[in-house]
Amino acid sequence: MTWLLRRLVQALFIVLAMTIIVFVGVNVIGDPVDVLIPPDADQAERARAMVALGLDKPLWEQYLRFLLGVLQGDLGRSFVYNEPALQLIGSRLPATMELAVTAVLLSIVVGIPLGMFAGLKPDSWLARAIMAGSILGFSLPTFWVGLMLIMVFAVQLGWLPSTGRGETAALFGVQWSFLTRDGLAHMILPALNLALGNIALVLRLTRAGVREHLQLEYVKFARAKGLSPARVLFVHVMKNIMIPIVTVIGLEFGSVIAFAVVTETVFAWPGMGKLIIDSINVLDRPVIVAYLMVIVFLFVAINLLVDLLYTVLDPRVRLETRE
Amino acid sequence: MSATVPLKEETPFRRFVWEFSSSSLAVAGFLTAVVITLMALLAPILAPQNPYDLVHLDIMDGRLPPGSESMSGMTFWLGTDDQGRDMLSGIMYGLRISLGVGVGSAVIAGLIGSALGLIAAYLGGKTETAIMRLVDLQLSFPSILVALMILAFLGKGVMNVMLALVIVEWARYARTARSAALVERRREYMEAAACLALPRWRLLFRHLLPNCLPPLIVIGTIQIARAITLEATLSFLGLGVPITEPSLGLLIANGYQYMLSGKYWISFYPGIALLVTIVAINLMGDQLRDVLNPRLQK
Repeated sequence: MTWLLRRLVQALFIVLAMTIIVFVGVNVIGDPVDVLIPPDADQAERARAMVALGLDKPLWEQYLRFLLGVLQGDLGRSFVYNEPALQLIGSRLPATMELAVTAVLLSIVVGIPLGMFAGLKPDSWLARAIMAGSILGFSLPTFWVGLMLIMVFAVQLGWLPSTGRGETAALFGVQWSFLTRDGLAHMILPALNLALGNIALVLRLTRAGVREHLQLEYVKFARAKGLSPARVLFVHVMKNIMIPIVTVIGLEFGSVIAFAVVTETVFAWPGMGKLIIDSINVLDRPVIVAYLMVIVFLFVAINLLVDLLYTVLDPRVRLETRE
Repeated sequence: MSATVPLKEETPFRRFVWEFSSSSLAVAGFLTAVVITLMALLAPILAPQNPYDLVHLDIMDGRLPPGSESMSGMTFWLGTDDQGRDMLSGIMYGLRISLGVGVGSAVIAGLIGSALGLIAAYLGGKTETAIMRLVDLQLSFPSILVALMILAFLGKGVMNVMLALVIVEWARYARTARSAALVERRREYMEAAACLALPRWRLLFRHLLPNCLPPLIVIGTIQIARAITLEATLSFLGLGVPITEPSLGLLIANGYQYMLSGKYWISFYPGIALLVTIVAINLMGDQLRDVLNPRLQK
């Protein structure tokens, strides 16, 4: 329990540090006066606006007000949409989440079988092709792969739509694309684009795990007991190689959400990634700040969850932390 | 490939060249990188057109497919963009920006990160903890997010992109430099140097640093490719370089709107240039890793 407590305090500290960085970034490096007050305002108007916005107060007081706002979920109103910034992010969150979750599922469903094959038959030409492909999956820029997917599947072949979420249906009061045929068709290309790097990662981890574990004593023993090769692979080996894979997938979920910024822009997917790019381009500061706070919070939460999951999955870690 | 073993006296550099060229893919990557670098450096001489001199541009030449002839009889081998710019010239000038930003930021980040990593390993204690905590924190956030945050604060611009890339990249160098230095600082030559009562900076940078260089060179090569990719991504998103200094990423973004109407070449060829650059550097990096990593040597 002290371990959990320590991790929680650590997480809180990181979030607090990020509020300082974001606050300094927005209010000290960038000058909010220039953005919030029209340039043709005279001195008296400027002074009045600064008092109204609290910009005449010392910095630490401004920061405390900002922190109080964060705690109350009040991060200001968007200049463009005239909505509370946090609410705006919240309304775009489901689109990003369904894309990210689909991408992670894709990386598991595609990456693990391919990796197992490459690990079992490392010298076959297909395994070599898979490994060569995985290098491309790592090194190609996401946005460029997205453009190529659009060019081939949407423009040349005309098989799949390339922009937007398509038709959505409501579930728990939120609109989702994965519930309709049209929505699913719209999701294929962006989800694949977002998943590509992770497919390569999961594939390589699985391959390395399979190759390593097939040499170990417990596999020889299981075989000697006369278990079928399928059972040895899918039950005995899988259980052991899943530990690093689950950890990496969990940790990568955060970067999938971050990279959704790129994919959403390429495919005009109306999630929070597209929102932040649009907001940066029109200098909609409250939305930028709200996005950064939300994403930092998500990251810290994900890291914490993965740590917990790790201890549940691997008894060895549990024992070590108890000591 | 194994025709002539060099008969001259074997120096470390010759051995390095020999081992590096044992992979034909890596040699191909190296040659491609040389050609690309030359194209970027010599763009003002080699390019058929100065794409940013408005005198040479004719709006009537806009969006011509590859192989078309201009109003003045010049052939656009890779077509033109919406302003009537020759794409081939645009790509050569774009490479200057992409490579300049990528290599520049990787070198600066390398200097800062390696120095901090060495200092962390050499001094240890609180300094080490502070530096490495910062590295861990930085690496737990994806690079694109950190860069996005910095550019959201600073706005676009070549210098701002470089700064963002340096901030994103330094941590990897620091981690590599520290782990290399932790091993090296226990070696006898370091003890000998310390016995000579040499000044600390001399121990660090003349004795420790040169012996930590191999892994740093490997990381540096790969970081250049990563920096070029990240810069292209940021510019594609409209957060990177300004429109007056278009890198490959910005060229791709400019052509994006025309792609859906079948005018593929405005985005496609800059994309190919970007791809070839990244793959060439990665091929070199892979081979460097094999050659410079003593653990893998037979």
